[in-house]
Formats: sequence, C-alpha cells, structure tokens
Amino acid sequence: MATDIVSAFATAFGLIVGLDPTFLAVVALSLKVTLSALVLAAVAGLPLGALLGITRFPGRGATIVVVNTLMGLPPVVAGLVLYLLLSRSGPLGGFGLLFTPGAMIAAQTLLILPIVVALTRQTTEDLWGEYGEHLRSIGLTGARAVPTLLWDGRFALTTALLAGFGRASAEVGAVLIVGGNIAGHTRTMTTTIALETSKGDLALALGLGIALVGLTLAINAVAFSAGRIAARHVG
Amino acid sequence: MIRIARRSLVAAVAASALVSGLAIAEEVKPAVGRSIVVASTTSTQDSGLFGHLLPIFTAKTGIEVKVVAQGTGQALDTGRRGDADVVFVHAKAAEEKFVGEGFAAERRPVMYNDFVLIGPRSDPAGIRGSRDIAAALRAIRGKGVAFVSRGDRSGTHQAELALWKAAGIELEAAKGAWYREIGQGMGAALNIASSMGAYVLADRGTWISFKNRGDLDIAVEGDTALFNQYGIMAVSPVKHPHVKAADGKAFVDWMVGPEGQKAISDYRIDGRQLFFPNADQPGA
Amino acid sequence: MRDLPSILPLRFEGVGLALGGRELVTDLDLVVERGETTVLLGPNGAGKSLLLRLAHGLVTPSRGRITWAAGQETVADRRRHAMVFQKPVMLRRSVHANLTHALAAAGFGWRRRRARAAETLDHFRLTHLAGRPARALSGGEQQRLAIARAWALDPELLFLDEPTSQLDPAATRAIEELLFGLKAEGRTLVMASHDLGQARRLAGRIVFMSGGRIIEHAGAKNFFESPRTIEAAKFLAGELL
Repeated sequence: MATDIVSAFATAFGLIVGLDPTFLAVVALSLKVTLSALVLAAVAGLPLGALLGITRFPGRGATIVVVNTLMGLPPVVAGLVLYLLLSRSGPLGGFGLLFTPGAMIAAQTLLILPIVVALTRQTTEDLWGEYGEHLRSIGLTGARAVPTLLWDGRFALTTALLAGFGRASAEVGAVLIVGGNIAGHTRTMTTTIALETSKGDLALALGLGIALVGLTLAINAVAFSAGRIAARHVG
Repeated sequence: MIRIARRSLVAAVAASALVSGLAIAEEVKPAVGRSIVVASTTSTQDSGLFGHLLPIFTAKTGIEVKVVAQGTGQALDTGRRGDADVVFVHAKAAEEKFVGEGFAAERRPVMYNDFVLIGPRSDPAGIRGSRDIAAALRAIRGKGVAFVSRGDRSGTHQAELALWKAAGIELEAAKGAWYREIGQGMGAALNIASSMGAYVLADRGTWISFKNRGDLDIAVEGDTALFNQYGIMAVSPVKHPHVKAADGKAFVDWMVGPEGQKAISDYRIDGRQLFFPNADQPGA
Repeated sequence: MRDLPSILPLRFEGVGLALGGRELVTDLDLVVERGETTVLLGPNGAGKSLLLRLAHGLVTPSRGRITWAAGQETVADRRRHAMVFQKPVMLRRSVHANLTHALAAAGFGWRRRRARAAETLDHFRLTHLAGRPARALSGGEQQRLAIARAWALDPELLFLDEPTSQLDPAATRAIEELLFGLKAEGRTLVMASHDLGQARRLAGRIVFMSGGRIIEHAGAKNFFESPRTIEAAKFLAGELL
C-alpha cells in the first residue's frame, strides 16, 4: 500500500510535468465544464440570491429553507433527475444533450446554483441590514440596490463561488450519469479517477486525485491572494 | 475607478455567460463529424478492447464512436430510451428480449470470452485447479466462504445467477453473510474481493487487464458453462426515429465483418488473446 | 445651492405610526419653514429618529399627512432632501467611491460624477483621504464623509440623526462647523440631538419630544429661557424623564 501511495505521487508528478495530452484534455474538459457551470450559476444565482435577501414576500421563509436544503442535494440525484429529463424518452430529449459536456454543465449548474443563491442571500441580507437605510435614502430600493450589495459583498461572494467550484469539481455522481464518461468527450478528472479505480489501477487513480487537488489548491490560492490585495485597497 | 471596475466585471460576467451559452449550444448542434453512441458494458471498456478497436473503425469510416460503459441491464435500458445508437452487451436472453420488444431489428453474435472464478491463493473453499464450476460453487456455498456478487443486473451478474442455478443452489434461500452483493462494476467487484479475500466471478478480459490483484488468482477456468457470448444490436429507428441508424448499422456491420473480427482477435494483453471472434457461428 | 423652487415648507398633520398595536408616535403636527435650523430634543425613545425617518420617507405613517410645498405628498426630485445617520453607513469602498456611488444613484453621468466628487472632497477637506477605504477612517472622518456625501447631491433640506453622539468633543466641534457652513449656504436643517449645548449653539427652533409626542415647538431662545411645559423644564434642568 505504501508503494501505491509513493507511486501515486510519482504518477501525479509525471502527469503534470509530462503534460500528457490525454491528461491535459481531461483537465481541460473538467475546467470547461465546471467553470461554465460556475458562470451560469453565478449569473443566475447572484441576482436571485440578492433579491431573496432583500425582498419580503409570503413563502420567503419556505423558499430559503428549500434553497438551503438543496445545497446538500446529492450529486447522483441531480444527475438522475437530469438524466430522465434529457434522455431521448424524456421531456427535454429533443435537444440531444445526454452524454455531452452540455449535459454535464447543466448538472453541475444545478449543484452549484443552490450554494450561490443561499450564500448570496445570507451575505446580501446582512449587508442590507447595514446599508438598507442609506441605500433607500439615496433612492436605491429593490432590484436597484442589488448591484451595490453584490459589489460590496464581493469577498464573501467570491468564497461562495469557490465553494460552488469545489463542489462541482469534486463531484462524480452527476457527470458520470449524464455525461457517460465517454473517452475524449465527457471524461473528466473525477470520472477518470472512478474508472481507473474500477480497473484496479489505484496508483493512476490516486495520481489523478492528487493532480485534481493541486489544481483546486492553485485556483483557491489565486482567488485568496486576489482578495487579499483587493481588500487592502477598499477595506 | 470602482465604477469602471464594476462595469468591466459586468462585461466579463456577460461575456463568460455568452461563452458558456455557446458551449452548450455547440453541444446541441449536430457535431461537424459523424458520431454514434454505443452503450456497452464495463467489461469491454475496462479490458481496453474499445481503445484498440475504435481508432481502427474511425480511421476507416470517419464515424466517431462514443462508448458509454454501463452494466448490461443499464446499457439495454439506455438503448430502450433511445439514448444510444448501438447496444453491445453480453446477456443473450436479455438481448433477445430487447429484439422481441422491437428496440432492435436483429441481434448479431460478435465474439466470446470466458468467465473465470477468481479467489484467494489460500483457497479456503479447496477448489483451485478444478474445471467444474458447479462443484466449485457448491463447495463455496457449503463452506460458507465469502463470495462477491456484482448484483447489478450486468451480463456477468446474470451469468453468475445462471451458474448458481445450474449448480442446483437456490440462491434466494442460500443467501447469507457469505454472499456479498455490491451493485457495482467488474473492477469494483475485483477490488473488493481482493481486499477481503473472497471469491468472485469475472470475465477473463477484465481479469487479465486488472492491476490491483493482491492475493487473487484464477481458481476455476475452462468449464464450457463459463462461456461468455457478446452480441451487438443497432437500435431500431422505428422506435426512436432520431437514432443514427445508418452509422449504427455501419458499426455493427464492421464489428461482425472480417476487419472487425480480425481486430478483435488481434487484441492482446501481455501476449494473451482476450476475446475470440465468432460472428460466423450462427446461434452463438 | 442651486436656485430651484423650494420644496418647503414641510408639513406634518396629525401624523402617527403604530406598529403591532403600539403607538410609536402620535399626533405629530409640525411645520418646517425654509432656511430654519430645527433641533429635535428629548430623551431616548421620544420619537426623534422616527420623526426624521417619516419626513425623509423611510417610514410610511399609519395616520395623518406629510406634505411638501404646495401640498404635494412627495418631492418629485428625491435628492432635494438627504439624510445623515447617527452611525455613518460607509460602503466597502474608497472615500471617493462612496461619493461617486451616491452621485451615480442620483443619475449623475460619469464625467459630472467625477467633477462633483472632486469638488465635494475639496469642499470638505477630504481630498487627501480620497483613495482610503472609507471604513478605515476615524469616526469623525466617517461622519464628515457622510455629510459630504449628502451635500454632494445639493439638497435643500438635510435630516441629521444625532450626527455627533458617537464622537469626541474635538470631532463634534469639527462636525458642528460643517453644519454652520450648511446653514450659511441657506440649507434647511432638521437635526435630532440630546446634547443641550449643541442645541443652544445651532438651533433656530426647538421641537421638544417625549413619549412619541411633540410637547413643545418654539424658537430656541424662548424654549431655553422660558419653557412652557413641566417636562421641558425638567429636561432642561437635567432631570431624568
């Protein structure tokens, strides 16, 4: 077992340094899928979360509870629901999206969206408690207050987006079901790890896992440093 | 300054939304090149056979083949839902049912390999070297030695169930702590058997290419009852008009034709042939 | 200050607010004339802050009418009156961006926004702090910026809710100097305070409140020299109400 772990690190190192083309294609697809899902979830989720944070309507409490619950939606359930929707025999079958990266983006968007909405709601609600009177005083009410709240909450919201990125990049259940783990098309880092594990090549699987963690680490480090620098300038 | 920063942020977000929108749209559009989806089994994928066959086929026809590897039962369901153009599996009775339901016009035999009973070298059931699978299963049952079952409706799982039946064992009644149904693929079953020193039925292809063997080795092989036949079917456009019937048929024809059959027999790991073409054998 | 038709007088007629069955303020009758500096005095919970919020439109009365010049219910140009809060609300941005944000909200274009922000920074002697995060300023500097931000929109009327209650004497004096400046420019001020000295220094008129009602409304000199009610006399004598 110890030799497995040693050789896993060697494999990870070889994959990253050797720029193995298959490995790079898998990494590129993983990033494309997860980043696309993140952008879609952010575009929809930030304004939605902010509106949920500052408006009051009947059923708001229930909505918040549902959104918070969906943060824990098991990826495999999200994948299964989407599989049934996108299947040729399902209501959205006409798009022919099943077993394509598009389906994987949709699945991961579904996973990230509740995180973005829930954390944005919390952040903007707190911020609104502090800013509300001033913003209303200068005429920024309702949707007009949203850009200010999102911008001033940007550090907390960056963390929310990173949490979403982490959830999406780490999950395997949803992309495996709707993507099909097709070599060269829908094979991501996590589905490759699952495949290599099932082939018994534990060193390669772990090597890929180490590479994935490394990648996530790099992205978080960049986001953290950028936040630090920005925070120094605007408090 | 902040105002500008916000404006460019908005622009960046809008641009990236557009890009991801396009990324999805690109998937919706028919691919520029031709491609088909083949629903197949984990055993064909895990053994590396497709990695060998598909480049040859694509080079000749220009048709790209996207393989979704599932258990046989799930692969047939994928075909039934119209989500695959071709189904390539190994459970003859289930395949004939698929044809009978009208989801495919015909089933063509392609190749076979055989199942092997894998077990720990210490051989607690005392069956190692036997060629009698029925006697071996009775010994495992009799001694209550751990046995890992795929339990996932796959071709291998169905073959295993048939073998228990042929050995005269009523599995439903005999099931106990010794019989572990894991509901996962072949590789996962081997990983689990390896870690707990259990017996497991595996297809030879996956076994030969499996790397994490640990203390496992072949216990029983060579019984004619362990024969594992693969069949291929193009999904019928009558049930699912959107399937790529022509390209699907091209793949089926190539697999059962001389080039595909030769490519199958050429595939080796460590000099050992994994699959034996037999498309010319009617009734297989 | 721009030469525009005045939005004043501001008139409260029988204004009341009840929340959850509790009367927070009752029967408020008040007229604020152009150019006056009115100080709202009274103990905590008297309803001073609420009166300001009702006037500024942050809270809607449950009874009575609040009207502006010529009897309109609202002021067409919202930025003709502005509000400064007890605890300055500082956006998580630079001093400069805090100004441009309010100007943008008021519809100033990019070029006019920058020009007005520069002018405001200069007028309030904040130019050297322009790039600093607003929340890193001292309490006095923050309140100075909050007043500057209100001033930038050129309001005819400013509501100030105890703007110096969290400041030390030096910072309080600096803020009062700004308020004298605003008065000199002809702006009308309505300020809540519980600092009698400050009221003496700044007020033209006094509104004395207690228990959600206006007890007295008088010229400052009259109020301080001869209060007409026992409550006001006690308050001036430093007794706890």
